[in-house]
Amino acid sequence: MDRVASYTEDLRLVRKWPEKLLAGILLLALCLLPQFGSDYAIYIVTLISTYAIGVLGQNLLIGFSGQVSFGQAGFLGIGAFTLAHLTRAGVVFPLALLAAGAMAALFGLLVGFPALRLKGPYLAVATLGFGIAVYQVLANWDTLSGGRMGLAIPPLVWNGLSKRLLMYYVNVGLAILFALATYNLVSSYVGRAFIAIRDSDIAAEVMGINLTRYKLLAFAVSSFYTGVQGGLLAQLLGHLEPQMFTLAETITLIVGVVVGGLARVEGSLFGAAFVILVPQVFASSRELVPVVYGAAILLVIIFEPHGFAGRWMKFRLYFSHWPFR
Amino acid sequence: MEWLLQYLLAGLSAGSTYALVALGLVLVYQSSRVLNFAHGDVAAFATFIAYTALSARLPFGVAFGLAVMFSAALATTFYLGILIPAQRRDATHLGQVIMTLGLGLILQGGAAFFWGTEPQPFHSPLSDTRILKIGPVAMTELGLGTLGTALCCSLLLYGFVQRTRVGRAMRATSENLVAAQTLGIPTRQLVALSWAVAAVLGAVAGALLAPALFLDPYFMIDPFLKGFAAAILGGLNSLPGAIVGGLILGIAESLSGAYIAIQFKNTLAFVIIILVLLVRPEGLLGHEFKERV
Repeated sequence: MDRVASYTEDLRLVRKWPEKLLAGILLLALCLLPQFGSDYAIYIVTLISTYAIGVLGQNLLIGFSGQVSFGQAGFLGIGAFTLAHLTRAGVVFPLALLAAGAMAALFGLLVGFPALRLKGPYLAVATLGFGIAVYQVLANWDTLSGGRMGLAIPPLVWNGLSKRLLMYYVNVGLAILFALATYNLVSSYVGRAFIAIRDSDIAAEVMGINLTRYKLLAFAVSSFYTGVQGGLLAQLLGHLEPQMFTLAETITLIVGVVVGGLARVEGSLFGAAFVILVPQVFASSRELVPVVYGAAILLVIIFEPHGFAGRWMKFRLYFSHWPFR
Repeated sequence: MEWLLQYLLAGLSAGSTYALVALGLVLVYQSSRVLNFAHGDVAAFATFIAYTALSARLPFGVAFGLAVMFSAALATTFYLGILIPAQRRDATHLGQVIMTLGLGLILQGGAAFFWGTEPQPFHSPLSDTRILKIGPVAMTELGLGTLGTALCCSLLLYGFVQRTRVGRAMRATSENLVAAQTLGIPTRQLVALSWAVAAVLGAVAGALLAPALFLDPYFMIDPFLKGFAAAILGGLNSLPGAIVGGLILGIAESLSGAYIAIQFKNTLAFVIIILVLLVRPEGLLGHEFKERV
């Protein structure tokens, strides 16, 4: 959609000097926030970074590969409980986080198999069933979920850094890493294959794309992201209960993808910020949060199908030739 | 043996409500190829309207009529006022499905805002404590009334779709939109009508389920998911499939709850559906619309 002059420019995430300047300012602000920001601001940015990873994963699936999944809460739960049990058993945090992602990816492969035969609504119900199954297993298997008491996770310590700052650096760093990785993935052969499958899977197959491999890969990669998000969320909150992984969580991720912009990497970051900030703004009347989410979805799809990312692109295009139009 | 019959009847009664919900979903999917994720929330909101009317001491019939009219008006407004403009702006198919999700969120939040999230009792003329005996099996009046009402609604819908002129025009629209338009069938009104009929079926299901489940903004989520699963099981574009799927799901749930494990009742239902879909990806009675590249 964006105007690009050459293929090398298309591969670049940040293209022109004003954007480089903006990206630099944003990075600097993120680095300086722990020194000058309040605890609350630090916590919110940490939470947004955590959700950004999950929204990116869901965007890879819905936005880029065109596969619908209503089972993201299941992957989130799998990631969170994997990390919780591993860290309680004394495994170091980076390894446990990797395992959380890998475990979710494994289940993603499992869910991906029905996706080879099912499309649209049929796939939606299969993934929905997976999400409900994970919730039911967690709710009924006390040794796994810690029962009514929930499961406490030992806080992260490293080099005398406070827990809050450490989580901030880890989450923001990983969110940036995942955003860059996603951008590289969708600019590569694999990402182009995902997009081809989304636009028409029959045509993609005729062009020589191995549908089995790429659909399974889309599910595995996406659930890896969600598993990592689950692990980070578990570590951030320090306490887990099965009730945290219901359909509402899946819908939050979908709202983030749609409002931020389908098939836009920067859109997922906007979307994550949206789904975290709206409940904060409406903290006094929480019933209105779904109303805002729903109204945002309707407005976005009618007036700006590419979400915040599309609006941002139009804004940049307008100023690229300013004052001429 | 008596216990088996008892479980079968309980399953049929639960399954008939799933079938009602599934019929609404199939009707909308057939006419506009959109999976309506707001179906359960429209029904819940309509039931709240009936609840408010009942609290104002109106008779049950009037309250129910208000709920039915409200749900029909809401669904038609959504289709004509929101979905059509989105289609004119080239919204993708996935986009339209997500819009129904948005409507569902708005209604859910709205119901929580107006009526709160505390579960409310919903009084229906059918009692859920009075037991009726039919041969060896016993059944509450509510359960039996649910089964009867759902069967009546299904039969009425069958008669409407198969035996009337409007129903025939609806089937033509679903079969081939462009050909139907060429023949002078007012397709837009007909699709709006099928949205309205679907919402009415949802409101009936809501009024039948509310006395047993208690009324809160989220009480229709579970029946909606089951109805969705039933519709998929029977095939998303087959009305008989929706009824068959609903009844099978209800019986399977009741039997697996009785003989295997009660905690995993919901999960087992979905496992059955996933297994069926792996063998028949278009559902039991469905035939998916063929697509061209």
